[in-house]
Amino acid sequence: MNGTRIFADFKVVVRSYLRNPVALFFSLIFPIILIALFGTIFSGGGGGAVSLAVENLDHNSPASVAYLSALNNTTLVQVTMVDYPVSSFSAQLGDNGYSVGLIIPAGFQADLANRTPVNLTLFTNPESPAAAGQAEGAVTGIANYFNLRAVCTGGSCAPVIQVPAPLNIGSQVYTYIDYLIPGLIGFSILTSPMFSMVDIASSYRKDGIFRELSLTPLTKAEWLLSRISWYVLLTFVTAGIMIGAGAGLFGARVEITLGLIPFLIVGPFLFVSLGMLAGTVAKTPESAALIGNIITFPMMFLSGTFFAVSMFPAGLQVVAHVLPLYYVIDGMDQVMLFSNTTRALGDVGVVAILAVIVFALAVRFFQWRDVQ
Amino acid sequence: MAHAIEVRGLAKRYASFWAVDHIDFSVDVGTVYAFLGPNGAGKTTTTEILEGLRRSTEGEVRVLDLDPWTDGYALHKRVGVIPQDFRFFDKITPKEGVEYYGRLFGTRPDPKALLERVDLVDKMNSRFDTLSGGQKQKLGLALALTNNPEVCFLDEPTTGLDPQARRSIWEVIRKLKREGRTVFLTTHYLEEAELLADQVGIIHHGKIIAAGSPDEIIRAHGRSERLIFTAPATLAEHLSRTLGVAAEVVDGHVVVSLDSIRDSVRILNAVEASGIPWDGFVTRSDNLEDVFVRLVGPMDDGALKPGVPA
Repeated sequence: MNGTRIFADFKVVVRSYLRNPVALFFSLIFPIILIALFGTIFSGGGGGAVSLAVENLDHNSPASVAYLSALNNTTLVQVTMVDYPVSSFSAQLGDNGYSVGLIIPAGFQADLANRTPVNLTLFTNPESPAAAGQAEGAVTGIANYFNLRAVCTGGSCAPVIQVPAPLNIGSQVYTYIDYLIPGLIGFSILTSPMFSMVDIASSYRKDGIFRELSLTPLTKAEWLLSRISWYVLLTFVTAGIMIGAGAGLFGARVEITLGLIPFLIVGPFLFVSLGMLAGTVAKTPESAALIGNIITFPMMFLSGTFFAVSMFPAGLQVVAHVLPLYYVIDGMDQVMLFSNTTRALGDVGVVAILAVIVFALAVRFFQWRDVQ
Repeated sequence: MAHAIEVRGLAKRYASFWAVDHIDFSVDVGTVYAFLGPNGAGKTTTTEILEGLRRSTEGEVRVLDLDPWTDGYALHKRVGVIPQDFRFFDKITPKEGVEYYGRLFGTRPDPKALLERVDLVDKMNSRFDTLSGGQKQKLGLALALTNNPEVCFLDEPTTGLDPQARRSIWEVIRKLKREGRTVFLTTHYLEEAELLADQVGIIHHGKIIAAGSPDEIIRAHGRSERLIFTAPATLAEHLSRTLGVAAEVVDGHVVVSLDSIRDSVRILNAVEASGIPWDGFVTRSDNLEDVFVRLVGPMDDGALKPGVPA
């Protein structure tokens, strides 16, 4: 391994890239377009039912089911049953992208029958005031309806179901744009090297550039490391642009921490190598593009790029957990949003091990010269 | 080491087809060897095996006493290669290209001096995708020289170049030879081989069908000297009948084969005495191109010039 050769090739890559206006445009402007597009679509909070995560500790008692059914019928909220530990319910809502949540306590039905006051615990996100107000109105309104029914039938005027002031979600309050930023950085880490390397692998072979490089002392591993270095640099720039655009356009608040750096390195390392491996398998540029798409598109949509994986059906969640990009995005969520270093370390470990394996396979199978 | 390149029993098979069929040749250190053959003859396959870009099926190949396939990494530091239709990074300039190759090889060539040597210094800061075909080939040649190679493989280096550019490449090849380097040249231009090569090998259907210096090949495979008259066909009949010489009509010209150039005086006298009108004559002897055409047929780009019969 020779650093001078890697740096010499790196300079050629950088110059080639900087002198290509289209590539430069897409690298620098595309992240802003993505943030602007998805931020605008999903941060408005206008209209429609708010997704309300409900933990029913009364184990689907008839009274609790009736309450939730009535809540759902308001069309102000869309009830989604969840099963999170109560102690971390607030954090789990944040992790999974819910802006409102509700806990129905154990003994809800019995308390109702005995006219013993019972508290519903509502969690809202003050950064999404529209959703918070909509959910609070629905939860309180249906509670009042049940209370009035209790008055009419029991002759007592004391409200039975009480809804204290809502609690905030998570240790910090996050909005969709905050979750979107790590997802879109992950999207960029995946797509930029994958599409480019798959194309390079087949076009350089077709044009004889690999053949010419094989006649120099540059090794395959050095060549690949030079490309990886470029995409790591590009990822740092792109991540900076996305964080800046998210903050500037939508007031996003993510933590910029040193813990982010390992993901911005191992992510491109993995996907540059994977793109090269995919391109090596392909015999023609057309089949290379197809293989690249087959690998990239499922990862693009099922790894938590645009929506939290926990919102997916169970089967798709299993699929997400075998996709490498999931660990990149989840890890960045942990360091940028939740300060969960332990989980982030696990994520970066998975990606790093995969990166080393895929790099070794790419170097092993990609051929400069014709072995036939 | 007398031979820079040594090939014994080299063969390359694709399925049941022998692209190269057990050939032998050697190239002396410091000489120019021209490897000729029509398209599909096995020329490029052989060259790529010598360069370490392709694996042979059978036989032994040594370049600078190294096996090009198994010792390719060591060999490539000592040889320079310009492939056919040289391609490079589109947005990189010749100056940057030379610096890049210099760093890869661990040499520190002076880009300006090297590009001057191949007559490309005026384009040293132009991007590769703006260069003409000839300028691209010149850059390929410059890059092949960045590591100060002992053996240069030049695969059709002047194809598509204008006459002036071809001559400047020829001058570089002559200079390489003067510097004591070995040049293995494949070319479509037989004139180029005849002008530059010390030794020539002609490959056809995977076999070497002629080898030696250009003069040796012409002597071995060429025809005798000929007198070519611009005259009616009756002149051919007259000369055959009266002098007993071999005379025939080719493309409207009367062609008379000579046993010796001295016979031409006797034949010219007979022509003059015949009273048959004639407009002029030329003498013609075979060159390498004629021999090549006789051995393998016309080249794809047309070896024979119109109006001048063989």
